Amino acid sequence: MLGWEFPPFISGGLGTACYGLTKAMGQLGIKVTFVLPKMVDSKYATHVNLLSSDSQMSVGTLKFGELKNVAFRTINSPLQPYSTPGVYQRRIEEKLRQKQDGIVGTDGAVFGGIDYGSNMYAEVQRYAAVAAQLAGDGQFDIVHAHDWMTYPAGIAVSAMSGKPLIVHVHSTEFDRSGENINQMIYDIEREGLHTADKVIAVSYFTRNTIIGRYGISGEKVEVVHNGVERNGNWSLAETGIDKDEKIVLFLGRITMQKGPEYFLHAAKKVLEVMDNVKFVMVGAGDLMHRAVEMAAELGIGHKVLFTGFLRGEDVRKIYKMADLYVMPSVSEPFGIAPLEALENDVPVIISKQSGVSEVLKHALKVDFWDVNEIANKVVAVLKHPPLEVMLRNYGGFEVRRLRWKDSARKCAKIYEEALVAV
Amino acid sequence: MASVCFYFQVHQPVRLRHYTVFDKNDQYFDDYKNASICRKVANKCYLPANRLLLDIIRRFDGRFRVAYSITGVLLEQLLSFSPEVMSTFDALAETGCVEFLAETYYHSLSFLYSRDEFVEQVNKHIETIDYLFGQKPRVFRNTELIYNNDLAALIESMGNFDAIMTEGADHILGLRNPNFVYRPKGCSKLKLLLKNYSLSDDIAFRFSNRDWSEWPLTADKFARWINDVNGNGNVVNLFLDYETFGEHQWKDTGIFDFMRHLPEKILKHPDNDFKTPGEIAQSYEPVDTVDVPHLISWADTERDLSAWLGNAMQSNAIHELYRLEKKIKKTGDERIIADWRKLQASDHFYYMCTKYFADGDVHKYFNPYDSPYDSYINFMNVLDNLHSRCSRQRVAYSV
Repeated sequence: MLGWEFPPFISGGLGTACYGLTKAMGQLGIKVTFVLPKMVDSKYATHVNLLSSDSQMSVGTLKFGELKNVAFRTINSPLQPYSTPGVYQRRIEEKLRQKQDGIVGTDGAVFGGIDYGSNMYAEVQRYAAVAAQLAGDGQFDIVHAHDWMTYPAGIAVSAMSGKPLIVHVHSTEFDRSGENINQMIYDIEREGLHTADKVIAVSYFTRNTIIGRYGISGEKVEVVHNGVERNGNWSLAETGIDKDEKIVLFLGRITMQKGPEYFLHAAKKVLEVMDNVKFVMVGAGDLMHRAVEMAAELGIGHKVLFTGFLRGEDVRKIYKMADLYVMPSVSEPFGIAPLEALENDVPVIISKQSGVSEVLKHALKVDFWDVNEIANKVVAVLKHPPLEVMLRNYGGFEVRRLRWKDSARKCAKIYEEALVAV
Repeated sequence: MASVCFYFQVHQPVRLRHYTVFDKNDQYFDDYKNASICRKVANKCYLPANRLLLDIIRRFDGRFRVAYSITGVLLEQLLSFSPEVMSTFDALAETGCVEFLAETYYHSLSFLYSRDEFVEQVNKHIETIDYLFGQKPRVFRNTELIYNNDLAALIESMGNFDAIMTEGADHILGLRNPNFVYRPKGCSKLKLLLKNYSLSDDIAFRFSNRDWSEWPLTADKFARWINDVNGNGNVVNLFLDYETFGEHQWKDTGIFDFMRHLPEKILKHPDNDFKTPGEIAQSYEPVDTVDVPHLISWADTERDLSAWLGNAMQSNAIHELYRLEKKIKKTGDERIIADWRKLQASDHFYYMCTKYFADGDVHKYFNPYDSPYDSYINFMNVLDNLHSRCSRQRVAYSV
């Protein structure tokens, strides 16, 4: 399995999804070798880093011991999910500057330190070339690639080994960039989708994009909805926050895809009819500064809090405080965050332009552009306790039925079909 | 002797428009949608069914008889949007073979929340039927056939009724069957007619179901089942939604042809006849007392109130609605009172039902909202505005 992020080094839902899926596959007895582009110190750059799962353990804070049957291999590469070439370029320049200034150390905010590479596409190809070397050992039956950065690698490994290629689409260039797509990324995606023996889409929403925008035949594209990871019983040790104010939560990358401006415009509307509400935006992204400015321009700066990127226990704390989660995504292939919100007893309002709206019935659904309706529903949930309670209880119940095990089973079935076809 | 008693429920709610918390005006209802649905149902169901029944009545020269219960809110809509339907009902009324029943004018659940309001709505319905069709109803049916001993006692005490009808639910009958006239527990004069749900549902729900072992249902076959009741009952009460014809069962299922031929097949047997509910009450004496301490209805398999009051949103919405009763009536404002009463239609609460939401079935078909949550939010926004109108009214008085 070829991926590009994995807990704890995650910046979005992809790592979470890969974690949930591989864990459940392991439980089904499927052996998974997970190949990651991982950033390491410069002395290891351009070398294939073959880490055993044991040594991997020391890297993460997450208990990888839970992952039966999953082995990890990492390749030195500064690949980052959700990047655009521009961002990538900036990040590298920043790193170079830091180096010149003599600042050394790991960048904990998003990913490990970056110290190599000047061209994203070259990196993708390099990752592919190195991954193809791995094909040499041939200890696998299926090549499963997650999202575009790993497609060239998937194609190469599949060609070298003769094993069927499955590409798993968690998002497409159209989700990330709207109509202003990056031609190079689109071409890579298209090639991966066309070469693959089977395509797995995380929703029917995404399946439609794959068929309509990439010209893939429908019979090749299967839908496997994501599951949700049970968080176990974490203690209800209170956060110590005395709440006389309601808290409405936005949690996700602050980028065009996630619709932060619709959240803020809806907030403005809500504040016209209610006063005791605060809006909390958790996450980072290229529209972060714009969002802060916009809140100020709308005159609701004092009602909107930006926390930056949070993870782990901090995310749970924020869920604990929240009364409502809003996901106004412009285009969301799946959207695991609302499931996590429900898991944490927070009712959700989700955009109809999302894959997760296909699996959730007990959620309020809105068109992302309809700020009036978003505000209308936010007010309703905050004002009418029966509504809040029902969304929370029924939604929580519904989420419990979405299990990674079922997603893994569906993948296994697709593997079998792909193997038979070869 | 088996008397076949057809009664048709005829109702369309006044649907709300999309109303957000930011809306400030008092236009709550979606006139365009209500008019177009009313005309659509008129063309698919009311007009062809009325003409068919008129035709059958004339053909059998008084031997075929039926009853209707038409809600006040539908009559209002028909008068404005589809007057031609009203003229066919007039024609039916003039045949002398059609009985009109009484119910709550607004198709409400008021019996459960306000007895005063309930009695007012029943009287308003009786007056309307009398005014439009020249008949004073003698038989009462409550919204959704909701019923218990208390309701029967209240209806008897109103003095103008001979009979009341409800669902022939298994758990109130035990080993008895619905094909007799009964007496409600605690009543001395009022008679109780029970819906034969098995035969009624054969037409209403199963008629076009190809997985049903009896499909296709022919008039001959159905008449045979009616004949089988002979010797084990006096009446067969077939209580149906009128929209069964052409709307629930589309025309191409053959439902109209079935109905066209049914009277003839039933009357072939010399012991069978057709009677209206009022005539049934005149003709047969009660054979036993039926005790219904708890509330029942004709809905779903549960035959209880859970379709309207089964979840927290539903009960919250309806409690808030009836909590306003005094304030609303105090305003004396006809429009405010009428708006409040239109909000009482059971349909608004039905839309909020989450019972079969996940499976998406019959509840969904009749639901103008995407989800029960949306319908609750809309309803509460409207109610909020209605409430604020009462307060404004009071301020105006005090000035």
